[in-house]
Formats: sequence, structure tokens, C-alpha cells
Amino acid sequence: MHEEAQALAQSVAADEQRRSRGWQNRFRLVWGGIVLLLISFIIFSLNVEISFIQTAAPFILQGVWLTLLVSAVSICLATILAIIGALGRLSRSPLLNGIASFYVSFFRGTPLILQLLFWYLALPQIGVVLDPILCAMAALAMNYGAYMTEIFRAGIQAVPLGQREAAAALGMAPRTAFLRIVAPQAFRIIVPAIGNDFVAMLKDSALASTVGLQEILWRARNVGAKEFKTLQTFMIAGVVYWVLTIVFTAVQNRIEARLSAGDRNKATKG
Amino acid sequence: MSDMKQLSSTPATHPVHPAEKPGVLVKAGAEPVLKATNITKWFGDNHVLRGASITVWPGETVCILGRSGSGKSTFLRSLNFLEDPTDGTVEIDGVIVGADPFHTEGSERQDRIREVRMRAGMVFQEFNLFPHLSVIENCVEAPIHVKGMDRKEAEAIAEKYLAKVGLLEKRDEYPSRLSGGQRQRVAIARALTMQPKVLLFDEPTSALDPTLVGEVLKVMADLAHEGRTMIVVTHEMDFAHEAADRVYYMDQGEFAEVGPPEQVIDAPKDPRTKEFLSRFRTLGAKK
Repeated sequence: MHEEAQALAQSVAADEQRRSRGWQNRFRLVWGGIVLLLISFIIFSLNVEISFIQTAAPFILQGVWLTLLVSAVSICLATILAIIGALGRLSRSPLLNGIASFYVSFFRGTPLILQLLFWYLALPQIGVVLDPILCAMAALAMNYGAYMTEIFRAGIQAVPLGQREAAAALGMAPRTAFLRIVAPQAFRIIVPAIGNDFVAMLKDSALASTVGLQEILWRARNVGAKEFKTLQTFMIAGVVYWVLTIVFTAVQNRIEARLSAGDRNKATKG
Repeated sequence: MSDMKQLSSTPATHPVHPAEKPGVLVKAGAEPVLKATNITKWFGDNHVLRGASITVWPGETVCILGRSGSGKSTFLRSLNFLEDPTDGTVEIDGVIVGADPFHTEGSERQDRIREVRMRAGMVFQEFNLFPHLSVIENCVEAPIHVKGMDRKEAEAIAEKYLAKVGLLEKRDEYPSRLSGGQRQRVAIARALTMQPKVLLFDEPTSALDPTLVGEVLKVMADLAHEGRTMIVVTHEMDFAHEAADRVYYMDQGEFAEVGPPEQVIDAPKDPRTKEFLSRFRTLGAKK
């Protein structure tokens, strides 16, 4: 009787495995089909001109480092702004809390492109002329900093009240309790969100092409416009962004997996 | 609420209940280590504590009983100012802190509150271990970063108390890998590593699986018998009966009855205590 049940369980498991493998195969087939369709569409319906792509692609790829640089610097600045902003939003001082919540409200409440153009086109009117790269970094950092302020605030508030009480009951001053008990736990909640925002920022940095920053999209537009071949160059730019986000999403998933593995080993509930 | 001003006038003298006499382990002539006088708490319009006072001598274990919502946890949390009382005074080991309902006192009061907290270790119902720190780090965190103790010294003390609660071999484990009973024992070791004068227990076994209650109560009973000063808010009648020098029964924010456990638990005089205990017995008998 027992052996029969075991045999049944085994065949059920094998069947489940077969079905899931079948599903995955069909899933891959769909992806492969779409990619193949796209490639053949490009090759057959358009005059691809390999020679053009051979000159355009390297030119566009040179923008990658600028995209990465702007995104990396901006995410760092945004993180600093978000830490300050979150502390402000959690402050009992009406002045600090007021400033922080105004910052969040204003920069989340207006379009990113407006903010970018403001730095580049409006500020010169009062005599402040900034380099395009500085405009891009300022705009991205201020805008993302506002969104991340709320994420950081929520992360800090997600640390249970009991943790603060335990720290206080041990005689810790509020500052010590925050730095040593609350912040490290909030950090684990926040880090995945920073990675997420970095990937989003990689794409939003394309807006900087509008202020003349020679990153991926600017290059694609300019090299394509000269010969009226933006379809090819935008396709290239799209693939470049796509690959970048795939790579950094993978990196971010790794970090997240490591953090949650730490959670399983270490933290869940005190 | 209108007579807030009147409330914040603290009586100059600490009333000692006639039944409050130093317990058996108290050295002759010892002064009380903890005096809480006229502890009063309003949550908005809700009068949670109505001037409760308690006197505890060094080496005593006292238990506070009462139905849920009677104010016993709020009272305990007022002793180390996790709840800021509306009126009253707490004195622990010579450090005196009074209520400050209008927040007129500055940082000097906060400093005194921290002095009180360093002298009063607390064990919570929900353990509240720090999940990002290992067991040993949980224990030495405050001694190092609050008392400024040397790490080696702090670890030696922590290891002594981890051994006492029977968890020395778990010193490098993280809290999430421990059972509830083990977590609570670590929490007790963490409180002890600060070398407090008084230990406050806020329903320490209420969040535990019934099979894990015993190991925690045993540690607590051992501490009581070796002369630790403890104030325990609990529903564990057997523990109160066995370990307490004195039992306080709280009802609607005041102590309705005070006395040795044989009197308060076995032969309560106050009708409120009687009623509470009769319910307890009925439930207990069914188990």
C-alpha cells in the first residue's frame, strides 16, 4: 500500500515537471519568434545597409558611458537627498518637516522634463548657466530624491516600534537607537528600491538628450537624422538601453536575493 | 482633563501600603530600590492609571496581576518612562524622575530617564530582539554603546548570563533561528548584561507557545530565588504563587489588593480580586 502511494506520488511529480518544462519551452519559443520576426522585418522590409550600422553603432555606443555616469552620479545624489528628506519627513520640527514635505510634493508634482528644461533653459535668465551634464544630474537627482524620500521614510517606519522601545529601554539615546538599531534594519528594506530606481534612471537619463547631452539617445538621433535613418539608429539605441536594463536588473536581483537570504538566516521577527 | 494642573502636583511623601514589607531575601535595614509614587496616566479622556504606588526592596520579586485593560502594563512601562505618566514620580536606585505632562523640563530630564532605564532592565512580551544582530551582539550592544563598556568585558558578562539562561552555545546565532522560548531567554540575558538594579517583565510568556512557557518561567524563578529584584506583570498564577514576595492586584488603574501571594491569590479579600481569581480558577480547571 505504502509503495503504491509512493509510486503514485512519483508519477504525479514527474508529470508536473514535464508540464512545467513544456510550458517553459513554449515560452522561450514565443520570445525567439518575436525576436526573429523583428530581425527579418528589419532585414527584408528595410534597406539595412550594414555599412551604415557599422559606423552608427559604435558612435551610439560611445554614449553608454555618459548614460552610466549621469545615472550613477544622480542615484548617489538622490540617495543622499532621500536620506535627508526622509529624516525631515520624520522630524518633529515643523520647519524641517515642512521643508521636506514641500520638496517631495513639488518635485513629484511636476514633470521631470520640465524640471530638466528649467535647469537648462530657465536658470540662465537669472544668470545661472549650467553645463548640460550638471543640469541632467541636478534634475534627475532632485526628482528621484523626492520619490526616494518617501520610500526611505516608509522603510524607516517599517521597522517595528518594539525595536525602538527595546533600544530606549536599554538606555540608548534616540540618535544611537536610530543609527545602530533602526537604520541598519531600514537599510535592508530600502536597498532593493535603490536598485530599482537606478534601472529606471538609466532610461530616464535619455531625457538629457533634449539639453544636448551626448548620451545614447542624443547620438542615435543625430547620427540618424543626418541620413534620415533614425529608424535604424533608434532601434540600436533601444537595444542598447534594453541590454543595459537587463544587465542591471540581473545585478539588482542578485543583491535582492542576497539580502533576502540574509533575512532568512538573520532577520524576520525579533 | 481640565484639572491637569492639579494632577501634576506630586505628593511630597511616598505612601507605603501597610502590606508592603521587605521580603525574605531583603537584607535587614535595606532601603527600597524602587519607589513609584502616585503614577497617573491619561490617554486622552481615558483615565488608565489612577495614582498607583509601589515600593520594592532590593532582592524582592513582586508580581502584578490584573485583567487585560486594567493598566498593569501601562504601569510597568511608566516605571522606565516608555509611557510618560501624566502625574507621579519614579525613583530607582536614587535616580528620581517626575512626570512632566507639559514638557517644560529639558534634556536634563531625558538624561535622568536614561539613567533610570540603565538601572531597570526590561523584558517585553514580544521579545524585541534586534534581528540584524547575533545573540551575543544583542547582549553587548547597549553595554558598549550606552555604558561605554569595553567589548571584551561586555562579552564576558554577556556570556555569563547566556550560560545562566542556558543558551551560551547559541551565542553566534541570529534571533530568527531561535524558538520563542529561546528568544525570550536571550532577551532576559540581554537585559541582565546591562547589570540593572531592577528587572521589569511585561507579560514575558504571553506571546509564547504553551510548550515553551516553562523554560522561560524556570529561568525567571531561578533569578527570583537568587535575589534579583524583579517586577513581573503576568497571568501565570503558579509563578506568582511560587516566586513572588508580594502580589499586587490592579483593577481600573489602581491597586485593589496588595499582599503575599498566599493571601492575595489563595484568600483574596477584595471583591474585585475574588472575582478575577474565580474566573481564573474556572478556566484553569477546564484545562
